[in-house]
Amino acid sequence: MTEIVFYVLGGFAVASALLTISQRNPVPAALWLVSTIFALAGIYVLLHAQFIAAIQVLVYAGAVMVLFLFVIMLLNLGREKGDIRPAPAWGLAAAIAAGIVGALVGLRRITPAALALAGWEGTVKGSPFDVLPGGLAVQSADSLGNVVASLARPLFETYLVPFEITSVLLLAAAVGAVVLAKRRL
Amino acid sequence: MLLGPALLLSAILFCIGVAGVVIRRNAIVLFMCIELMLNAVNLSFVALATVHGFGGQVMVFFVMTVAAAEAAVGLAIMLAIFRHIRSVDLKNINLLQG
Repeated sequence: MTEIVFYVLGGFAVASALLTISQRNPVPAALWLVSTIFALAGIYVLLHAQFIAAIQVLVYAGAVMVLFLFVIMLLNLGREKGDIRPAPAWGLAAAIAAGIVGALVGLRRITPAALALAGWEGTVKGSPFDVLPGGLAVQSADSLGNVVASLARPLFETYLVPFEITSVLLLAAAVGAVVLAKRRL
Repeated sequence: MLLGPALLLSAILFCIGVAGVVIRRNAIVLFMCIELMLNAVNLSFVALATVHGFGGQVMVFFVMTVAAAEAAVGLAIMLAIFRHIRSVDLKNINLLQG
């Protein structure tokens, strides 16, 4: 059952993403991107990341995409004839995309067993379970009682300093956006 | 076990984003393609977090923050450019072209 829902949502996400990049008018493109984001939020729930799914909908679909639509409508775009490049760029795009998918699928060959066979086992120091806090996500979610607590614990313990730096980044982005968008200071 | 299909879906979405950056000329649509690529990477983080613990989900949190900051500053830059040359089409933004 989970697999069926995953493949339905995945197909929906890929179709919406293709429509995002092929729509002539930016407003439907933005709305198809919202649809991709909702499909990804559903996939996050299937992958036991309920809190990430919630902030995906709130932050991406709610805040970022509204900002995009607001700017598109503010600039009154979509009246031009279209911005899709002519055919040679399509071949280049397909070649780059196929190359990247091929390279990423080729990474399947690189497993711990294959690395050990090639004599690389000395370079792998410890298991990933030591590097990243927590064990299997579902198990630690069960042991802590809920998914928010199990996400908050590494966020506010191991990753506390990056979290605080994030707040400075957001302040800088807010000030920078105001300075850039203002007509004159 | 959805790890393999989720990583494949992530690769496909990332490549759709790359293809969008190559074939489009509208700067705001390019920003949307970059958001698509960031979402694809987030999906691979979440998929790997099911195996390797919650560090991946924390990284998704940070990626979302950076994406929101990038969208705010990038769209402000687009507004400033539009005010100068009345267009966000990349063929009109060619001041540095040789």
